[in-house]
Amino acid sequence: MSSVMRPEPAREGGDLDPAAEIEPLIDIRDFSFWYGENQALRGISMRIAPRKITAFIGPSGCGKSTLLRSIDRMNELIPKTRRAGDILIEGRSVYDAGTDVVALRQRVGMVFQQPNPFPKSVFDNVAFGPKRNGLCAPRELPDRVEWALKRAALWDEVSDRLDEPGTSLSGGQQQRLCIARTLANDPEVLLLDEPCSALDPIATQKIEELLVQLKHEYTIVIVTHNLHEAARIADYTAFFYLGELVEYERSEDLFTRPQQERTEAYVTGRFG
Amino acid sequence: MTGAPHRHFHDELSQLKDRLLHMSGEVEAAVDRAVRALLEHDADAAEQIIAHDSAIDELEIEIENGVTNLLALQQPMARDLRLLLAALKISNDLERMGDHAVNIAQSAKRLRDAPPITPAPELSDMARSVKAMLSGVLSAFVKGDSAAARAICRQDDHVDALHRSMFRILLTHMAEVPSTITAAMELLLVSRNLERVADLATNIGEDVVFMVEGTTIKHHAETGGVAGGR
Repeated sequence: MSSVMRPEPAREGGDLDPAAEIEPLIDIRDFSFWYGENQALRGISMRIAPRKITAFIGPSGCGKSTLLRSIDRMNELIPKTRRAGDILIEGRSVYDAGTDVVALRQRVGMVFQQPNPFPKSVFDNVAFGPKRNGLCAPRELPDRVEWALKRAALWDEVSDRLDEPGTSLSGGQQQRLCIARTLANDPEVLLLDEPCSALDPIATQKIEELLVQLKHEYTIVIVTHNLHEAARIADYTAFFYLGELVEYERSEDLFTRPQQERTEAYVTGRFG
Repeated sequence: MTGAPHRHFHDELSQLKDRLLHMSGEVEAAVDRAVRALLEHDADAAEQIIAHDSAIDELEIEIENGVTNLLALQQPMARDLRLLLAALKISNDLERMGDHAVNIAQSAKRLRDAPPITPAPELSDMARSVKAMLSGVLSAFVKGDSAAARAICRQDDHVDALHRSMFRILLTHMAEVPSTITAAMELLLVSRNLERVADLATNIGEDVVFMVEGTTIKHHAETGGVAGGR
């Protein structure tokens, strides 16, 4: 492992590196981001381990969703934004001039807070990406759809409803459909922006169990307002405040014995 | 994050600390009175201590239930989580101390008609040290003072030394005057009970360090005795 990829982990916040023992898949280097004049991220440096779940937590406006969306360059869709620093995936900058953004977003899938299936059938929702990206021959599409739906733990519930609209499913099923739609593109990274906040506890539990299964094959980054969700499923948790990375630790450490006062205050509800 | 539900939770944590403080006051008084009953040959006082132990047992159950409810309903994290885990263990240790006070009171009853006790100064010294450890460690708990808790843990060595000294004195008595054997054996039990109370106060000190710092110091974890500590 090169020294660039594995610096001495700093213990004073800002550049903590609990994943130092693992070769990072995503390497965020001194990354800042502005919406107009408003600086949303301030020099974030962190490494995200492959095939683990990493959670971003922090109060609204702390920059956690901005950072998540910077990984697959979704923020570029917003006018008057700019950035500094870099984000590398497997050592290659996602901001390189030569980066194909469509290919990047196929490799880095995103699931949002509100389930957003296309106004199409369950089958077509999942088949859309592979068909569009030419990932498999048309005759192989049914197998791919079944594979993705099974992987998203939805197949047993929808195998006899593949022609029905995706929007006819329950909220939790719709969210798993969106995960299946992402998985069908064969991504390496799954980014999830509060995927369970619109779901009831049972649907939430299913998504959480699914993510814990999926982490064996995918690198998962999840933004959540639910601290207990992060504690339940994330291997590593990063706490952000006012655009800064305050603390980044193994979840078991961050939630039982955080090092920073601000983290302690946030996770014990004494914030503000 | 500073809304009413959390204020309510933090109020309940304060109440829990108050209950623990109350329980430790009861235990401290029980140990103190048991030793006094022994030294003063007061069987009635000893009887009262034995009868009062159920109140300490009830406090333990009350605290246990309070902790269980807060864990289930509030799902606390970080310092709050460590406080509740420490409270659970501390209440258990206090209850055990109450049982040791009962053991001493029972010895006092059995020794009512025995001749005056020779190593009274050592016994009084032990009782004083144990009492100081107990009140000091609970004060450290309430203040969240891990340095004070560590200092209390170190005092355990002094009580251990007193216990060994008691053992030697009583052994000499038994060898020289066989008729004192029964009483001396009883006093050895008393000394052993006091030494155990000091051990339990040390446990509480270790729990306070864990609560404040998130660091494990028991079983010499800090000096590499077992895997632990951060």
